Amino acid sequence: MEQYSAAEKIYELFSEKALALGIPEPVLVIAAYAIPCLVVINLIQGAAGMLTYAERKISADIQNRIGANRVGPFGLIQFLADGVKLFLKEDIIPDAADRKLFKLAPYIVLSSTVLAAIVVPFGGSFIVADLNIGLIFIIVVSSLLVVGFLMSGWASNNKWALLGGIRSAAQIISYEIPTALSLLCIVLITGTFSLQETVMSQGLWPWQWFIFHNPFSFVAFFIFFVSALAEMNRTPFDFPEAESELVSGYNVEYSGMRFSIFFIAEYGSIFIISGLAAAVFLGGGNIGLDPYESPLHMQLLMVGVFFAKTVPLCLVIIWVRWSMPRLRIDQMLTMCWKYFIPIAFACLVATAIWLLVFNGNGIFWRMPAP
Amino acid sequence: MGKIEEYTVKRDADRTDLKLNMGPQHPATHGVLRLELDLDGEIIRKCTPHIGYLHRGTEKLGEDRTYISALPLTDRLDYIASMNNNIGYCVAVEKLFGIEAPERAKYIRTMCAELGRISSHLLWLATHALDIGAMTVFLYAFRERAMIMEMFEKLTGARLTVSYPRIGGVRNDVTQEFIDRAHAFADEFPTHMEEYETLIDQNRIWLKRTKGIGIITADEAINWGLSGPMIRGSGIAYDIRKHEPYDAYKDVEFEVPIGTEGDVYDRYRVRMIELRQSALIIKQCVEKLPRGAILDPNAPKFTLPPKERVMTDMESLIHQFVLITKGPMTAQEGEVYVATELPKGEFGYYFVSDGSGKPYRMRLRAPSFVHASVLPLMCEGGLIADVIANIGTLDIVLGECDR
Amino acid sequence: MPTEYLPIVIFMLVATAFGLGSLMVGIIFRPHRPYAEKLIPYESGNIPVGETRSRFHIHFYIIAMLFLVFDVEAVFMYPWAVVFDKIGLYAYIEMILFILILTVGYIYAWKKDAFKWD
Repeated sequence: MEQYSAAEKIYELFSEKALALGIPEPVLVIAAYAIPCLVVINLIQGAAGMLTYAERKISADIQNRIGANRVGPFGLIQFLADGVKLFLKEDIIPDAADRKLFKLAPYIVLSSTVLAAIVVPFGGSFIVADLNIGLIFIIVVSSLLVVGFLMSGWASNNKWALLGGIRSAAQIISYEIPTALSLLCIVLITGTFSLQETVMSQGLWPWQWFIFHNPFSFVAFFIFFVSALAEMNRTPFDFPEAESELVSGYNVEYSGMRFSIFFIAEYGSIFIISGLAAAVFLGGGNIGLDPYESPLHMQLLMVGVFFAKTVPLCLVIIWVRWSMPRLRIDQMLTMCWKYFIPIAFACLVATAIWLLVFNGNGIFWRMPAP
Repeated sequence: MGKIEEYTVKRDADRTDLKLNMGPQHPATHGVLRLELDLDGEIIRKCTPHIGYLHRGTEKLGEDRTYISALPLTDRLDYIASMNNNIGYCVAVEKLFGIEAPERAKYIRTMCAELGRISSHLLWLATHALDIGAMTVFLYAFRERAMIMEMFEKLTGARLTVSYPRIGGVRNDVTQEFIDRAHAFADEFPTHMEEYETLIDQNRIWLKRTKGIGIITADEAINWGLSGPMIRGSGIAYDIRKHEPYDAYKDVEFEVPIGTEGDVYDRYRVRMIELRQSALIIKQCVEKLPRGAILDPNAPKFTLPPKERVMTDMESLIHQFVLITKGPMTAQEGEVYVATELPKGEFGYYFVSDGSGKPYRMRLRAPSFVHASVLPLMCEGGLIADVIANIGTLDIVLGECDR
Repeated sequence: MPTEYLPIVIFMLVATAFGLGSLMVGIIFRPHRPYAEKLIPYESGNIPVGETRSRFHIHFYIIAMLFLVFDVEAVFMYPWAVVFDKIGLYAYIEMILFILILTVGYIYAWKKDAFKWD
């Protein structure tokens, strides 16, 4: 089965004309790859913007308020106004800060977030690069976040920021283990790290999704989701920011555009993590058709299905933030080390047993014939 | 060998990795409290509260004003519950002058004091929950607080600094509309309470953050001079409304809730029950509200005559002139201490009088001041997050603490 | 195929370019009026006391070490998980033994209060 990435399709479409015009091939290849990259980066930024809007509106609904309603219809372009405001803000770098690290940190956070988007299958053949190490790649780049947070906390030369940075380091590395282990439960079933293949081995109906593959993958989904909340620094695990404790944590000294880069990264990662959860556990954009052979309108339908699963997950993440108090740092770490990691391990071992006993089949899910 | 051990012990004793100032400009220190924290990682080794950022010399200002014109100063002490401050002040001055407010005024005062208590406790609940991270409780509580603010506005013309009670009574009578609203509010308030409790009361995270945190035993509570919900949370049923009833508290029925463990959660429960009890008191006050005067017959000696009377009536003009320049002159020489139960705790007014229209000495016993001193006891050995929970549970207002 | 990994480079470049670009363009519009008080690190309105870059609590290092152990373990599990359906029972027993050894270490860390915060 031949698989095309979007970039290869673009390359095929334009290669003849472009080569005829005398454009050298390497330029063409880079251009073909740059187009989906730009689209996805803009998608993530747009999603981040819309998520800030959603957060404001949902929190307002939860709290009996009206929320943003001044800029645009229903306040829809409020996030653009905020962006413009942050854009025009003075960029303050404190005296005692380590200037190089201080400037570098937001880029590391942002690139580690958007890099994860490369392997997220948006449904159909819409995936920037279907790497055969997709899941490992996501785990690797999301652990880069630690470096960015720690760097920003350290470079600010501010005690609150330092505490926030250290907290985020302890938190993100701790929760990385249950995240990885819960994803491994699914890798056991599929035998591949490629996200596109993971999506393709599921189906349209809920019983064909990996969350309902066996009881342990069901548990793994929730472990993954909660650990992902912790990795994204969302309430109830928002210790690195913890505005009532650490004022604003690692980004307390940041202002203007640098601050907003942290913000875009945070909301972008909500979208990506939800997308990942949807793809791995909830069938992604799979509607039972081959994504590479289907006509374009079916592929767009797949994208729609993917978003129909991702957006509710994003909303749940927002919902949780406005209903839950914050845990304490030691309780959070205890929860990870004493509960999540053993449970994740148990899930992994139990999934393996399940697969051995039932010959690779799930409760409803059947191993595709070789 | 011995040398190494000695060194280790010494290193541990003075081990502070980080000195951190929490406040005065910090979102969770409820105003301008400053805590100097010596941190060992996230653990508090030493906690030193610094106060005085909001010091305005209220005690000294009071000595420079007549008894009448010092009343608005008390609004600015505990600005969350200014009505209760006013009432405490009036009760104290009344005792000094040997007069008493008429029954109707007493009931109105009690009703207003309980409304003020609800408003103060709601603000406490809102900020306490916000500090622990439950952001939604904040706006739920503010919704009901706004109702009380509106009622105060209708009654007194002001929402926050009301200056409503007068020496020997209250400024103006309540309208039927106010009474209806108060009754309706007291009726529906428990259902709103359930909304807050749905969010946090049984929430696992909330319990984890509040149970076993900031424990104060009954002995400690007495030794540190705590009062109000702080001492009741430790299991001592000390409530001035019961022990030395003022105004109409002897005629209304209410319970004094107490905690068992003396931790943050117990104090939270105590305040939540107090909120319900306050609503009950308001209801009783509305139902029992007697008819009659709202000012003591002697009140002209303490109350400024209306403006149009001053302009047309000679006697009133002289009366106003004397009251403004010299103050009420009928105080006996001596001293008086009157404590009232404020939402925060025991608020005492201590006056020394030399018979003139101004107090010779005015001293305020502010519960927040006393409670702030207990912070090191609660915080040391805990984590940064516990400091926040502890500040929240103290329910301090720095306007009153710094005076 | 190395071109598969080209998007990674492009993504990093674009992300950096986005950040740099927005900052660079902003220079034209945004004010720049620094003064000494503005540039003091925030410490709740006080002039900062003591050293900021001080020692951390030992517990953070313990967590980092534990993370290292468990993450390396997880790294061993990645290839195992992929080939699991091809090797089957043998791979399973191997991994169970591996996890059992780690469990001993895990219990040791637990009993040594490595997960406790004091």
